[in-house]
Amino acid sequence: MKRGIISRLAANKTLLLMIAPAAAYFFLFSYIPMAGVILAFKQFNYKLGIFDSPWVGFDNFRFFFMTGDAWRVTLNTFGYNASFIIVNNVLEIVIAILLAELGSKWFRKLAQTTLLLPYFLSWVVVGAIAYNLFNYEHGLINTMLASVGLDRLDIYTTPEYWKYILVAVSAWKAVGYGAVFYMAAIMNVDKESYDAAEIDGANLFQRIYHITLPAIRPTVTILVLLAIGGIFRGDFGLFYQLVGGNGLLYQATDVIDTYAYRSLMIDNEIGMSAAIGFYQSVLCFVTILAANYLVRRTDKSNALF
Amino acid sequence: MNAAARKKMHADRLLLNVVGYLLVGLVALACLIPLIVVISGSLTSETHILEDGFRFWPKAFDTSAYAFALKEPATLLRSYGLTISLTAVGTLAGLFISAMAAYVLQRQDFHWRSGFAFYFYFTTLFGGGLVPWYILMVNYLHLKNTYGALLLPPMLSVFYILILRTFMRSIPEAITESAKIDGAGDFTVFVRLILPLSKPGLATIGLFTALNYWNDWFNSLLFIESSSEKLYTLQYLLYRSLGNLEGVRRIMEVTGLNVGPLPGENLKMALAIIATGPIVLLYPFVQRYFVQGLTIGAVKG
Repeated sequence: MKRGIISRLAANKTLLLMIAPAAAYFFLFSYIPMAGVILAFKQFNYKLGIFDSPWVGFDNFRFFFMTGDAWRVTLNTFGYNASFIIVNNVLEIVIAILLAELGSKWFRKLAQTTLLLPYFLSWVVVGAIAYNLFNYEHGLINTMLASVGLDRLDIYTTPEYWKYILVAVSAWKAVGYGAVFYMAAIMNVDKESYDAAEIDGANLFQRIYHITLPAIRPTVTILVLLAIGGIFRGDFGLFYQLVGGNGLLYQATDVIDTYAYRSLMIDNEIGMSAAIGFYQSVLCFVTILAANYLVRRTDKSNALF
Repeated sequence: MNAAARKKMHADRLLLNVVGYLLVGLVALACLIPLIVVISGSLTSETHILEDGFRFWPKAFDTSAYAFALKEPATLLRSYGLTISLTAVGTLAGLFISAMAAYVLQRQDFHWRSGFAFYFYFTTLFGGGLVPWYILMVNYLHLKNTYGALLLPPMLSVFYILILRTFMRSIPEAITESAKIDGAGDFTVFVRLILPLSKPGLATIGLFTALNYWNDWFNSLLFIESSSEKLYTLQYLLYRSLGNLEGVRRIMEVTGLNVGPLPGENLKMALAIIATGPIVLLYPFVQRYFVQGLTIGAVKG
C-alpha cells in the first residue's frame, strides 16, 4: 500500500524533529556556503552583499593564475601531503607491527601513551615548541650547536630546512594516532594462523610479511585513500603556526590554505580568495572521486562509496 | 621442530626485539622531549635563557614566569573560564544533536534514511571554501567578536555523526521494538535506552569534540579582533603572546618594577604549559576511551 507524503511525514514526525537540528546546522554552515562559491566570479563589496556585488567573470582566477602563485602553492600542497602520507603511514605501520610483537606489556602501554601525546597538543603549543627548538638566539638546537663550538643555524630564514621540519613535525604529531588504527587491525588477525605458520617453520619476518601485512591491507587502503582525498587540502594549523607570517619562507612553505587565508584576512582580496577556495574544492572533489574509483575497481569492499 | 629451526626462531625474535625496543623507544622519546624542553624553559629565569638559551634541564629552577603570569590572574582566569565554558556547552550540545541524528540515521524504518545520509556525507566531499563561510559568519550572521563565533563552528562533524551511527548499529533492534510495543515514543526510546547504551561511543566522540574546542584557535583568529580581549580563549592568548608579548603583558595589567629582565621567553613557555596543562593531566585517564573509540569501525562510517 502506497502512503501519501503527508501521512508519511506524520508517521516520522519525531524522527524528523530529531534529525532536524543537525540537518539545519549543515544546511546553514555547509550548503549555504556552497552556493556562496559564486563569490569567486564576483568583485565582493561588503555594502552590496554577495548577491548584488558585480560579476567579474574569471578575473579572480586570472589574477591568481597569472602571478604564478597558483602553480607554486598547488605543487607545495601536493608535495607536502604526498610526503606526509608516505612518511606517516610507513612509520605508523612499522610501529604498529613492532608494538604488536614486543612482549613487554608495560613497555607497549607506556610507548602508546607517549606516542599519542603530541596528538593532544594544539598547533599553537606546537608552534611554541618549534620556537623553543629552532629560535636563533635561544633555541635548543642552536644552543647545543654553539656549546660544541659549531655555527648557529639561521633556521627561521632558511626555506630549505622547513621542507624537512614540516614533514618531521607532521609525523611527530600524527604517528601515534595513526598507529592506533593499524594496531586495531593487527589485533584482529586470527592467532591460529600465526601458530600454523610457526609450525610450518616460518620465521618471524616471514610471518609478518605473509600474514600481518596482508591482514592490514584493507586498513592501509582506506586510510591512504582518505588521505589522498585531501591531498590538495593543506593542514592550516601546521603551516600557519610553524611558519606564520614569515614571508622569507613562503617560497617553500606556502600551501593553498595559507595563501587563501592571507588573501582574505591580510590582503583583503576577497574575490581572489574565494576563487582559490573554489579551485581547491574542485581539485579535492575530483581527486576523491578518482581515488575512490581506482579502489572500487580493484576491491569494491574497500571503497568509500 | 628440529634444533636448527628452534635456533633460527631465536635469532629472529632477538633481532626483532632489539630493533623494536630501540626504534619504538626512540620515537617515543622524540614525542616526549619537546614537551620536557618547554617545561624546562618555563622553569628557567629569563636571565638564564638570554645567556644560555633553552636547555633540556634548567640550570637553576625558577618560577618567576609562573609567578608573573599568576600575579594578576584576571586575564588568565577569564581565558580559562571562557575555554571551559565553550568546551562544556559545545561538547554537550554537539553530542546531543549528533547522537539524535545518528540514531535516526540507523533506524531501518526511517523512510528518508539514505537521503539524509547522503545529505550529510556530501558536505565532506565538496565545500564552498573559506570565503563564503567567512562572509556568512561575519556579514549575515553578525558573529564577529561574539561567543557564538567560537561556539558554533566546532560543534558538529559529519564524521562523528557517522561514527556514532556505526556504534548505535551494534545495539540490538529488539530493544527499540519491545519498548515501542510498550508504548514508548521514539524520543523516549532514544533518551531512556539508546543514550545509556551508547555511553562508550559518546565518551569517545565527546572527547574528540572537547579536544577540538580546547585546542581551537582558528575561529579566534578569524572572528575575534584584538580589541575583544574578553573573548580570548587560552590557545588564542598563547598565540598572541608568542607573536606580541608586549601586548599580552599589557593586557595582563602588570605594572611595577621588576628586578632583572621582565619574564619573556620563559613566560611564553609557561603560558604554553598553562594552556595545555589540563589536557596532559586528564590524558592518561581518557586515553582508553580514545583508543577504544577509534577502533569501533571508526574509519569507515
